[in-house]
Amino acid sequence: MAKFNLKINGQTQEVDVDPTTPMLWVLRDHVKLVGTKYGCGIAQCGACTVHLGNNAVRSCQLPVSAVGEQEITTIEGLSENGNHPVQQAWLEIDVPQCGYCQAGQIMSASALLKRTPNPSDEEIESAMNGNICRCGTYTRIKKAIKTAVNAENV
Amino acid sequence: MTKINTHIGRRAFIRNTSLASGGLVLGFSFLNSCKPEQAKEMSGTEMPNEWFEMNSYLKIGDNGMVTVYTPNPEFGQNIRTSMPMLVAEELDVDWKNVVVEQAPYHAEKYGFQLTGGSTGIKARWIPLRMAGATAKQMLMAAAAKTWQVPAEEITTKGGVLQHAASEKSAGYGEMASVAATLDVPVEVQLKEVKDFKLIGRSHKNVDAKKIITGEPMFGMDYQKDGMLIAMIVHPPAFGMTLKSVDDEAVKAMPGIKDVITIKSFKEGFKKHGFDTNAFPELVAIVGNSTWEVMQAKKKLNAEWKPITATTEIVNGFFGKETRNTPAGLESTQGHKAQMEALASIPGNIVRKDGNPEAAFKKAAKILERSYSAPFLAHNSMEPINAFAHVEGNKVKIAAPIQIPSFIIPTLESSLGIPKENIEMELPRMGGGFGRKGYAHFVVEAALISQKVNAPIKLVYSREDDMTTGIYRPTYHATYRAAFDENNNLTALHIKAGGIPESPLFANRFPAGAIDNYLAEEWSIDSNITVGAFRAPRSNFMAGAEQAFLDEVAETMNKDAIQFRLDLLKRAKENPVGEDNQYDAQRYAGVLELVQEKSAWKQKDESKHRGVAAYFCHNSYAAHVLDLKMENGKPVVEKVVCAIDCGVVVNPDAATNMAEGAITDGVGNAFFGELTFKDGVPQKNNFHQYQMIRMKEAPKEIDVHFVQNEIDPTGMGEPPFPPVFGAVANALYKATGQRHYSQPFITKKEVVG
Repeated sequence: MAKFNLKINGQTQEVDVDPTTPMLWVLRDHVKLVGTKYGCGIAQCGACTVHLGNNAVRSCQLPVSAVGEQEITTIEGLSENGNHPVQQAWLEIDVPQCGYCQAGQIMSASALLKRTPNPSDEEIESAMNGNICRCGTYTRIKKAIKTAVNAENV
Repeated sequence: MTKINTHIGRRAFIRNTSLASGGLVLGFSFLNSCKPEQAKEMSGTEMPNEWFEMNSYLKIGDNGMVTVYTPNPEFGQNIRTSMPMLVAEELDVDWKNVVVEQAPYHAEKYGFQLTGGSTGIKARWIPLRMAGATAKQMLMAAAAKTWQVPAEEITTKGGVLQHAASEKSAGYGEMASVAATLDVPVEVQLKEVKDFKLIGRSHKNVDAKKIITGEPMFGMDYQKDGMLIAMIVHPPAFGMTLKSVDDEAVKAMPGIKDVITIKSFKEGFKKHGFDTNAFPELVAIVGNSTWEVMQAKKKLNAEWKPITATTEIVNGFFGKETRNTPAGLESTQGHKAQMEALASIPGNIVRKDGNPEAAFKKAAKILERSYSAPFLAHNSMEPINAFAHVEGNKVKIAAPIQIPSFIIPTLESSLGIPKENIEMELPRMGGGFGRKGYAHFVVEAALISQKVNAPIKLVYSREDDMTTGIYRPTYHATYRAAFDENNNLTALHIKAGGIPESPLFANRFPAGAIDNYLAEEWSIDSNITVGAFRAPRSNFMAGAEQAFLDEVAETMNKDAIQFRLDLLKRAKENPVGEDNQYDAQRYAGVLELVQEKSAWKQKDESKHRGVAAYFCHNSYAAHVLDLKMENGKPVVEKVVCAIDCGVVVNPDAATNMAEGAITDGVGNAFFGELTFKDGVPQKNNFHQYQMIRMKEAPKEIDVHFVQNEIDPTGMGEPPFPPVFGAVANALYKATGQRHYSQPFITKKEVVG
């Protein structure tokens, strides 16, 4: 066990865990932020996507010991009250079915728009290809990303 | 069709609701108050000071706010929005004043809380509207009593009671306290379809805000003070069971509380058809955190031994069924050989019309094709999990499951706890697709809690989720068509089977449309467990049948849609046989609608189009799918879809579900496959099991509904099966090659 001071959603959190513990489980079991989801544990499904600094990362493959000073943002910290343009677009298009993968989808999409504010279809598909939606909401996800782009450009 | 002016006598009302679909009992006090924050945010109004319970499905606050208890578990089909819409429609309240709460499992109050078989809206269509209509009538009676005017002169509008003559009006909240004391009305009148204000208009998912902000809502998110995490270690292969376990080293690992073994069934327990479980003896590791338990799981030493063959009688949906579980370690290669052997000999005849033998004997031409599909894993994004807390003679459960009532007898028996002491919350499921109808994991969670004497959450790893069975079976079908010298279709022969069940629906189309028809089936026992998977059996038969009919139409030089319409015309006007389980006119209706909406008749040669249609779960669906090959890979450019599921309660949500079914179908047709070697599943996570991703998803999906006033029928499953046929037929157009064996695209095979 070792102590880590983590910057999560703008707050410092101290946790005392095995240094190999992936951030996914630090968030879910220790910090009690369960918006970040467990889907596969091997970075193949994207359900656990969070932001490390400005980048979308799979938290199931990010050991707590590798985080250091870097800022972590989870779905709970993406916006004050669900008002991030990507979240708003998700509501407008009414994207979710079961909803389990959607936090990860939103974290991938918001990271994409941060670095590529006006992505092409190909750029959207590449950025989102690591996120599986078993319910098959891909057409709506793509539409919502475009809606968020347009909202930002207004 | 016009209907719905339903007068229901008190006796019928009570019989219908309390026995079949959930009790409407006045003064019922179980209802928890809803969470103030959530209710406030959702309604935008202040919380009421007092709630008045009108029946088990709804209560009304003194400020007019309405809480609807939605009875069935949610797994993404959006019934937590559409079911409360049914109540609110007849209650006649503004949707913004409705708060939705998930009802817990409670058979007496909520009837059969089943999420599966596309039955939700169909089964609740009348009862939930009655719940709203009954409460409205009681509010009207309360106003009449208070104002001393005749009840029939009272009208309602958007949660307000009015009496025109005396110019009196009052909100529902003002009359709720009186209404709740009145008798349940003898008759209630339900609205005509033309008078609906909410039903038929799109309403957004009531849970969307929670989903997009990451609020806890899934079974996996369940937390309780003092809760421990449990994971299982199961045999590495089907056909194996636990021999011994050496847990000493693991027990000493950090954070580990206990290592135990559990047996899911008591000796002699009479199993239900959904008590399917390949691994009823398991090792469970219990610890403080998921990561610590995962580490221990890797280190556990257990020995396994072969199972012995068993024969059991289970209580299935259609009575007692014999279930044979052979011993041995099975492989896909062996399965294929077994299936081909049985496909080549006569099966059990299920239906025979005319004289198919003679028709084949004198045929000028015979077309014979065989189709196959592999086992599939459900792969819901939320791995299997359940919370349980056994305290003495009581147990509290929170489990993301599709059919809570089915697991109660098993819990009673295995725990030795009477059913009245079993409480169950029904958290949102992160997908189910049939898998979460088989709730052995709830029993496992409860047994673990009972043994370690603590609240626990059982979490399956993705690998556990993918390798513990309840798969879509593997299937095989051979179709034969006979043609006369003028190229007319004279006979059709289907022989279908699978491991461990036959997929055949002998009385579905094209039965009824062909004079000489023969349907046979066969099956092979297996110890690999199977279960319902989105549109069971239909999800194979539709693909095989619709691909074969495409080839028959081609042989006859007929247009693929017109050929089907001709068969349906025959089935409608002069049906063969009597037990044809489809409505030929509605079936033709979806084909005509998809023909129109896809501009099929324009014959655009640049498009590679495949059509398919199917009937299942009382609904009709047809797709036209456009596909092109790009760098050796298929790209689904567009899918146009037509569905007849009667009245569509929440159109945009139904559209979303159809889009999902189509994407799911394309994914499984292209990639879906689970294989076995010596009983071991050859894929255990998404690096091996290819799931459809955004790049492979259809670029555009265009969903249309047949407009009618028929009571709603299934929606979640019907659009799924025909996708397989549409994909196969479009692939042929794009590549010139027919595809008979799913999955159509594999890493080894480059198509086109």
